[in-house]
Amino acid sequence: MIWEVFRRERKGQAFEHAGSIVAPDSEFAEAWAREQYGRRGESVGLWLVPRDAIHDVEDWADEFDLKYRRVDGYSIKARLKEARERASSRPR
Amino acid sequence: MADRADTLLALADDELVIGWRDSEWTGIAPMLEEDVAFSSIAQNEIGHARAVYELLSDDADALAFDRPPGEYRCAPLVQLHLLDWAHTIARRWLYEVADEIRITALRDELPVAAKIDREEAYHRMHAEMWHERLQDEPRFRDAVSELWPYALGVVLPEQRAALSARVGLEEVEAVERGVFDDSFAALHEEMTMVRRSAPVGAQW
Repeated sequence: MIWEVFRRERKGQAFEHAGSIVAPDSEFAEAWAREQYGRRGESVGLWLVPRDAIHDVEDWADEFDLKYRRVDGYSIKARLKEARERASSRPR
Repeated sequence: MADRADTLLALADDELVIGWRDSEWTGIAPMLEEDVAFSSIAQNEIGHARAVYELLSDDADALAFDRPPGEYRCAPLVQLHLLDWAHTIARRWLYEVADEIRITALRDELPVAAKIDREEAYHRMHAEMWHERLQDEPRFRDAVSELWPYALGVVLPEQRAALSARVGLEEVEAVERGVFDDSFAALHEEMTMVRRSAPVGAQW
């Protein structure tokens, strides 16, 4: 079976995907992942996950262009400029 | 005292020679990951050999490499030149089981044995995982049976009952230290070649 390997380089960092290993069970996966991803002290931790356990999510429907949900959805540059001009011309 | 020195020399010679034999699989192991695993294990073993040689001599290199082949105290099990994976893995497992028995016996009186013991945890895990997977395979069982008399020679006579219990085979007549496999002369020649090629007094 295929095992995806995630490694953490330093304590406190996030685990990052590093590669995969083919192994018959978790003991072989551990022994071999230790060799391939930790033999030179390059990782402080490993997560080994059978590929079947990974539930991957890849597509999103975008039929109606809901741009107001997105960070780039509204351009406020022009409105901000107008607001600044109004503020600077108002009597104090 | 002489007994203890011989026990330690036997331990160091076993680790040196099995390190050598394990390293022979570099580049040709059946799985890439096992190739790397054997390299790691071999390097650890040679490190253990050095640590023990340093207890016995000021010049570990001289003690490791300058003796004539007949003066080595390594067990016949580690000398065997095994060319197929079933025997190689069978030996790996038998050796780790035997080694654990003799290392734990030394652990309390010898700090270096405690250090070696902790590093061996990985070797034992590796050997056990293979043993678990192959224990019902005829080729593996046959290889273990064939190597069993040799395995008994790794441990002291008083430790053989324990080894027998762990391995699950009846005690038989052991192949004792002091016996040299036909392949040992060639192993010694190759292992000491680089050292012998340097002029006396050369610094590395």
